[in-house]
Amino acid sequence: MSTRTINHIQDFSWKRFFLQWEWMLILLIIAIFTMNSSLSPYFLNYISITDATMTFLDKAFIVFPMVMIMIMREIDISVGSTVALSSVVMAVAYNAGVPMVLAIMICLLVGALCGLFNGFLLVKYKELSAVIVTLSTMILYRGIAYMILENQSSGGFPMWFSFFGWGYVGTIPFILILFLLLAVIFVLVLQKTIFGRHIYAIGSNPIASRFSGVKVDRVKLIVFTLAGLMAAITAVFLTSRMGSTRPNVANMYELDVIAMVALGGISTAGGKGKMLGAILAVFVIGYLQYGLGLINVPAQSLLVIIGLLLIISVTVTNLRMKGKLKKKTSN
Amino acid sequence: MKDNILQSLNLEKIAKFRELGLLGFIILLAIIIQLLNPAFLTFGNLRDLLTNTAILSILALGMMLVLITRGIDLSIGATLALSGMITALTVSAYGNLHPLLAILLGIMVGIICGVILGLLVSKIGILPIIASLGLMNVFRGLTFWVGGGEWVSAYQMPPSFKSIATSSFLGINTLVLIAVVIFLLFYYFVNNTITGRQIYAVGSNPDSARVSGINQTKILILVYTIMGGLSGLAGVLWVSKFASAQGDTATGYELTVIAACILGGVSIAGGVGKVTGVLLGAILLGVLSNGLPLINVSPFWQMGIEGMIILIAVLFNTNVKMLVEKNNLLRREI
Repeated sequence: MSTRTINHIQDFSWKRFFLQWEWMLILLIIAIFTMNSSLSPYFLNYISITDATMTFLDKAFIVFPMVMIMIMREIDISVGSTVALSSVVMAVAYNAGVPMVLAIMICLLVGALCGLFNGFLLVKYKELSAVIVTLSTMILYRGIAYMILENQSSGGFPMWFSFFGWGYVGTIPFILILFLLLAVIFVLVLQKTIFGRHIYAIGSNPIASRFSGVKVDRVKLIVFTLAGLMAAITAVFLTSRMGSTRPNVANMYELDVIAMVALGGISTAGGKGKMLGAILAVFVIGYLQYGLGLINVPAQSLLVIIGLLLIISVTVTNLRMKGKLKKKTSN
Repeated sequence: MKDNILQSLNLEKIAKFRELGLLGFIILLAIIIQLLNPAFLTFGNLRDLLTNTAILSILALGMMLVLITRGIDLSIGATLALSGMITALTVSAYGNLHPLLAILLGIMVGIICGVILGLLVSKIGILPIIASLGLMNVFRGLTFWVGGGEWVSAYQMPPSFKSIATSSFLGINTLVLIAVVIFLLFYYFVNNTITGRQIYAVGSNPDSARVSGINQTKILILVYTIMGGLSGLAGVLWVSKFASAQGDTATGYELTVIAACILGGVSIAGGVGKVTGVLLGAILLGVLSNGLPLINVSPFWQMGIEGMIILIAVLFNTNVKMLVEKNNLLRREI
């Protein structure tokens, strides 16, 4: 704890600035861009680079709250099921005659409620871990989605709804604009506000932060609700891009999201990591997937690559931490 | 000291009550289903029920050990598929391979998968949920890759291989027999051997386990290796039973397995879990998946119903635990 407070008043040093994990991610992005442009002569132009983001940004909205959750030493593996449930409810509501705008509102509400329910269970039953709570709701939420739609699909949305998935503002995809806007907000909230500091405090020492007046329960409730809300936003974009929905959409999204967060340098031991790292990691994995798609690498190999990326990045973070710990004790 | 004894007595009583309660619930469920559809309690259907539950209970016993050490293994569905796919490809290429060798091959594949996960968890210290989530994708991808994206179908497998699951010994189906043998081995292992008790010690208090000289790394690797080996075995049995190996075999099955453990009273916080409870948990899920179609519940409702029952079981467990602790505190004040 003491070293962390000292870190804050330490003078700026160029060495530490360049040793940050984020530079490593930027190097990775450059490497992937080089690879992609050597694979396809059409990759390296403005339109192709911005258009590519439409293919991977939908699930990236969940990365923001997941960073907060993992900094607090928790995890949420129900987000994929939340996406499915809110998407299914939206489609069913629209087809039952609810106006589309209202259906989207309902979708966001369902997502937020799913997240709130996770948070409520965690806060009410302190000895339950987030793993077990979100594992149960992961089965439950997707189960409810199946109850509603069985093996049917539902769609037939109005034309303007496809704007979310395919629309542009000027020459920039709408999804990219919204993502960057939310990215700025979330970076500021986590890095510059008291609420953000509280999240770090809970992650480094939950008991101490409770005694120093952090409202741990309230912070957890808000963050888990945010996770549900962001999953619902993902649902809107995903449904809009696909044009219809089924109960099995967004399967295993939690894995992709957790992989992005882990690659972003957020330590699973809690209390460490930056929002910016995770945002960069979104583009690393996204452009990597896009590039491998260019050379027709089958989807199953992508599974292996994402799994390996997740394990390697967590291993590197863990070994880095161990190294630091050793240095500290030898001093 | 006295408090500790009281507490352990109390917990033991609760655990007994839990298992009896679970048994009662299973019987109640069976009676309801029987009243709605008399085809439930027939010899043929019960035999189906047991054979269908055999694989689930084998996996649930392994998962119990993992959960007891405060871990979790989400990769078992993928391990099962990988081992099933490799075995199926091998027997379709070498038709005269002895079924026992096929089973051994499957177990070996599973053990390799388990050792990798065990090393990641124990040596590098990755959270089990994240390590196994990553490996789940790696193994699943490998399954598609090994199989070339194709299925291995019934006609490609020799009859000797398919008969692993369909043959019977002394009138009992081989699958059920294997499950019973593994159950007995586990019962002896966790209750009567030093290593078995050390698994509980590592789970209930890792720090004091380390201080008392238990090699935690060894225990963790052992637990994940057993889990892997059982998944490998289950892979062979699964492929033999359904006579087809696919890239997406048993997708999401890890959730059902974990559900069986939780229903059986295994605590995900570590240190708590009994083999009999886990067996009952598996049987309960088996009764549900066998009985619900019989009373005309849509198969698409099954996941939701399972989810609700799991959530209720989890909340019930914690409520009972909170009550016990409150009682103990009250007693101490007096």
